[in-house]
Amino acid sequence: MNRLALFVPLVLFVVLGIFLFKGLDRDPTELPSALVGEAFPQFSMPSLYQQRLLSKDDFAGQVVLVNVWATWCFACRIEHPMLNQLAQQGVKIIGLNYKDQNQQAQQWLQKHGNPYLFNIVDAQGTLGFDLGVTGAPETYLVDAQGIIRHRRVGVVDQGIWDREFKHRYQQLLGEGE
Amino acid sequence: MIQRLLVVCALSLACTVPSANFDGRSALWASDEIVQFSDPLLRERYYQLIQELRCPKCQNQNLADSNAPISTDMKAQIYLMLEDDKSDRQIKDHLVSRYSEFILYKPEVNQSTWFLWLAPVFFVLLGVLVVYRQYRSVRGADKLSAQTAPQLTVEQQQRLSALLDRDEDKS
Repeated sequence: MNRLALFVPLVLFVVLGIFLFKGLDRDPTELPSALVGEAFPQFSMPSLYQQRLLSKDDFAGQVVLVNVWATWCFACRIEHPMLNQLAQQGVKIIGLNYKDQNQQAQQWLQKHGNPYLFNIVDAQGTLGFDLGVTGAPETYLVDAQGIIRHRRVGVVDQGIWDREFKHRYQQLLGEGE
Repeated sequence: MIQRLLVVCALSLACTVPSANFDGRSALWASDEIVQFSDPLLRERYYQLIQELRCPKCQNQNLADSNAPISTDMKAQIYLMLEDDKSDRQIKDHLVSRYSEFILYKPEVNQSTWFLWLAPVFFVLLGVLVVYRQYRSVRGADKLSAQTAPQLTVEQQQRLSALLDRDEDKS
């Protein structure tokens, strides 16, 4: 009995060690999203180019990426070529222009290319608030039923697309057919 | 020796397990924007809430301390909801449904947090148990040694007294 008790500290140490070691790899800024598995919030917002109000119906029945971006967001510039590339591959991307100014946003798209089907103008950040957006860029994968399936805070690059989005996106596309 | 090790282990574990009681309060608020309320009671609740809620962007700051755009938005939302006669519960639920339980510095007791809440109690009880067992074993050892201590012969006893006397004389 006493001999076995000698191993208790070792066991405790190993358990704690594993726990802390796993913690090393975790990105603390990666928050659990409250909205994954929930419906994309209802909204009625102006469009960046068209003279009309956009709503959820504008992308109902389609698998889309909703990308939160702004011209003041430095990381969005890094992300943008990847979005252009995805759009070329046929991925439907909807822009959520977050707390930005229309004129600057239009100039920005002219300069860097426009990967978006359309852009929702969220000047006050109210739709962003309903989505739980903490900053830009953020990207949401929304299925044909309007349910959010995945969320990425920060830049989507090739690696993240391959690891986090690709299989989900293709699975959702498959379901729709 | 083993027990002593156990005590040290239990204590160090109790120190490393993150405490659920941390509420992120600080005496100073980084943001001192002026908010006008229709009722002074609302102001009280407002400050209570923004101290208890955590900023999802600038982590490890509460809303009161943070001046990130998102926490400004959240404070504005809390303000509107307070003026709209919503309860603290409703306001928290409204924010948690968007920003997840991460923003609660005082997490609810539920399936994923019960361990966090109960761990301190568990480790205190563990410590008490270890101390109690150590105390008992020390006392047991004393008793045992009293019983089995070898008896001195008369001759040895005299020698012992002589030695002790000599020591006393010296001092």
